[in-house]
This record gives sequence, C-alpha cells and structure tokens, in this order.
Amino acid sequence: MINFDYIRTSTAKAAVEAKAKSASSQFIAGGTNLVDLMKKGVTSPEKLIDINSLPLKQITADAKGVLIGALALNSEVAENAIIKTKYPLLAQAINAGASAQLRNMATVGGNMMQRTRCSYFYDITMPCNKREPGSGCGALQGQNRMHAVFGTSEKCIAVHPSDMCVALAALDATVHITGAKGDRKILFTDFHRLPGDTPELDNNLSTGPGGQKGELITGIHIPANSFTKFHYLKIRDRSSYAFALVSVAVALEISGNTITNAKLAMGGVAHKPWRLSAVEKFVTGKTATKETFAAAANMAMEGAAGFGQNNFKIKMGKAAVAEALLQASQKI
Amino acid sequence: MPTQNKNESRRDFLKKSTALAALTIASPVLTKAGENDEKIAALFEQMPLRLEVNGVAHALSVEPRVTLLDLLREQLHLMGTKKGCDHGQCGACTVHVDGKRINSCLSLAVMNEGKKITTIEGLANGDKLHPMQEAFIKHDGFQCGYCTPGQIMSAVCCVKEGHANNAEEIREFMSGNICRCGAYPNIVDAIMEVKKGGQSL
Repeated sequence: MINFDYIRTSTAKAAVEAKAKSASSQFIAGGTNLVDLMKKGVTSPEKLIDINSLPLKQITADAKGVLIGALALNSEVAENAIIKTKYPLLAQAINAGASAQLRNMATVGGNMMQRTRCSYFYDITMPCNKREPGSGCGALQGQNRMHAVFGTSEKCIAVHPSDMCVALAALDATVHITGAKGDRKILFTDFHRLPGDTPELDNNLSTGPGGQKGELITGIHIPANSFTKFHYLKIRDRSSYAFALVSVAVALEISGNTITNAKLAMGGVAHKPWRLSAVEKFVTGKTATKETFAAAANMAMEGAAGFGQNNFKIKMGKAAVAEALLQASQKI
Repeated sequence: MPTQNKNESRRDFLKKSTALAALTIASPVLTKAGENDEKIAALFEQMPLRLEVNGVAHALSVEPRVTLLDLLREQLHLMGTKKGCDHGQCGACTVHVDGKRINSCLSLAVMNEGKKITTIEGLANGDKLHPMQEAFIKHDGFQCGYCTPGQIMSAVCCVKEGHANNAEEIREFMSGNICRCGAYPNIVDAIMEVKKGGQSL
C-alpha cells in the first residue's frame, strides 16, 4: 500500500474543510472497501480523513419515519429495536450482506459509498473503464457471470454489490448530505448512477476514478410505512457470505387478499439498486396469487439482456421476483 | 500529526531519491544513500498511537498504512492473530475491538486510537483456558489450526451477541470465518456447548 497522510476530524464542518484542501483525499469510516482497494493498488489517496468521531451514529424515529446516522454500523442498524420492528426488510437485507465482522466495521454511509465493481476493476493488470477511463471493459467479452443485465453500457457492466442499498431503494429512503455549500437531500434511488459513458462515476458524490466531491453523507431517512409483509430474497453461490447473483427486496400491504401497496427492488442486476416501479403499479390492486406474482416476475425482467455467462440471471431473476413476492405475501 | 506539507515534502524527497537511484548503477555509495533516504522519510511519516491490547497499554509510533493485524503481529509480536487472505474474506485475523469482533486486516491501526483490543492471547485467564477454547479442544473444532484463533474470537462474540441459538443461526453468524479443513460441524458443536453452558464470557 502506498503510504498516505492521515488526519482525524470530529465535526462534519472540519471534515468537509479538510476534504476541500486536498483534491486527492478521501473520507474513511469503516474502511472495509477502501482499505482493500488501497491494498490492491486500485486507488491511492494522498490523504485519508477519518470521520469516525463525528456525531453521526444515532438512530432516531418520529411519526414521519426514522433517521439513521451515516456512521451507524451495519450491525447496529440490523439489531436496532426500531429498525427490527418498523423496518424489518432493512434489517433482513443488512444481515444478508457480508459477514458479522464486516457488519461490525461497515457504516451505513460507507456501505453506500462502496465501489460498484467487478473482478476486472480489482485487477490492475486488466482493462477497466471504471478504474481507468478509456482503457476498455474486460468483462464485456470476458468473465461476466456476476454482471449486470439492466442499465448497462458498452463501457461498464459491473453491479453494485450492496444488499442494504436494495432495501433502502425499495423503502423510498432519502440521503442527507452536507458540504461547503450547505445541506441537501436526494432520493436514495437517485444517489447511485448507471454507467453510461462515465462508469468512473458510481454515484452523485463521485468526481472521477476514486475521487469524491467535498460532500459528506450525514444520514438516511426512511419514511414511516405500514408494510406488514416483507421479504429479502438473496440467491448466491454459497448460502452465506457471498455477493448476490440476484436479490429481491419486497414490501407489501395486503388487505383481504388484495395487494394495496407494494415496493420492490432488485440487487445483483445493475450498476445501482434496481427499483421495479412498473411492477409495483402492476401488482397494486391485484389479488395476491401465484398467477399475479408470475406475471409480475415476467414484467420485472422485461428488457433484461445478458452478456453470455450471466444470461442465467434473466431466468433466475424471474423466479426470484415470484418467490420473493410469495414469501412476503405469506408473512404473518 | 503529519501535515499535508510534510507529506508533499516526503513525496518530493522520494522523487529525488529515485533520481539518485538512477545514477547509482555505477555507484554503490549512492545506492546506500538512497536506502537511508527512504528510512529517514519513513520516520517522518509515523504518527503516535495509543491503544490497549489484552489489558496492556501501549504508546506506539506507526505509519498510517499499517493495519491493526500487522501492528499486532509485527510490532507487538502477538502471532496468535493470523494473516489468511489479508482482504477480509477469511476471518483468520478476527480480534475484538471494544468488545466487537472485526477483521483486523481491514482496519488501519491508527483508526484504533484509544481502543481496547483483545486477541486470542488475551482470552485465557492465566493457565485457565477460556470456555470457548476448552470447547474447541473437547469437540475437535480444528484440524490444521490456522483458522482457529479467528474462529474462537468470532465464536465468543457470536454467543455474546445472542446469535448462537441454534445450529443454523451459528452457521450464518460464523460465515465470516472460513475453515479449509472443513471442521465446521465440530466448530458448531463447540459453540452450541458454550451457549448451553451459559458461562459468563
């Protein structure tokens, strides 16, 4: 690892100011992705700004919803009583990701900022437009079994690996951000980007390969909801501690046998958490039957396109959406 | 604490050293000078770090790029914590930081200022083994033993966290610890026994 300068900050203001002074600096919270990328030589910031002392760990609820501090640990969120009772889909998704050790290190903000990536991104001897714009994409005609089937471009077909983010996309969360120009909020579903011609930009805080704007995520707000039926289905190569091949987050309200409200998002299929808005509209007002779920699953995968090794994700995605809807609908 | 300027000056310094190195094919004396430059520059980049390991307070000086794992093994000579993959994928490096299990290979040492670290060496009470260590021996929860310190550190927290209520839950919450020998069934048995024993961990 190339050595770097390291400072600790204790307020968001100080962190943002420190970031403004050094273009090649990066914030570090849990470091579970960043330290790994630095070891591999994928990214080499000249300065790390440790933000772990910032007072952004609280989880507070009111009638409008819950605000989760950006520095709340993934494990703390998954074990939090408010989250477990009111937003269990989020707790289930978080526990489906990484390992107990990593969830004790990784923060909510850091989980969002982890790189959208694939093995070509991680291997600095290989071409990768995300790591080195213009160098090409090794995955397009290479090993692409784990890759995206939605929203791809000829520049990049990597997927965002987070499970937590899939649940947050489904639950209409909002990202709270602070910076030199003040605070702003953006919809969670607008936070991450599709690759287009600039795959080096993972999200709306990215400025280039490994670079970030001088802004800091301070928290995530999830609006209150009355979903009683939910499920996070994750399909992977081993039964725990592996990235999703395909995952589906579902939250439903069912009255009698009629679906009155639905939220769905998928993971493992795109450069960002993939919200299924059309499917939500389609199932709302329909009866919760296997026929409805099968039709919803077909609709969910319309327009999906594989790259060879990952073609299986289209069939698997259909089965996963139908199964996740069924599991959610049967939740007591 | 190092400043941006210090870092820049170090980078300049090394550039000069590299330029010197280019001239040294004909001059061993200059090669020597280049090596010394590197050592002196490295000293400039160290920063103070205070932490407690297994109940002992340490005041150390480390480069920011040193991981907690490398600090424990190479500076404090606590070799019980193992380096397996060094990328957070195997769990061999698991230690407790303020009572929480983490992968020490992905934690920079400087991020642990003021923290209390427990390694496998700090688990036993004198000659009396920790109940989890006893249970691993009783149930033959290892073969080659390389993953064992990480497995045991992780297992202690698995029980403390309340994630050891049945075999399925244990397998899920121990999935961050890989055992290439495949001692998993015995590891699960050892953890089940400690959980049922109800001892204070």
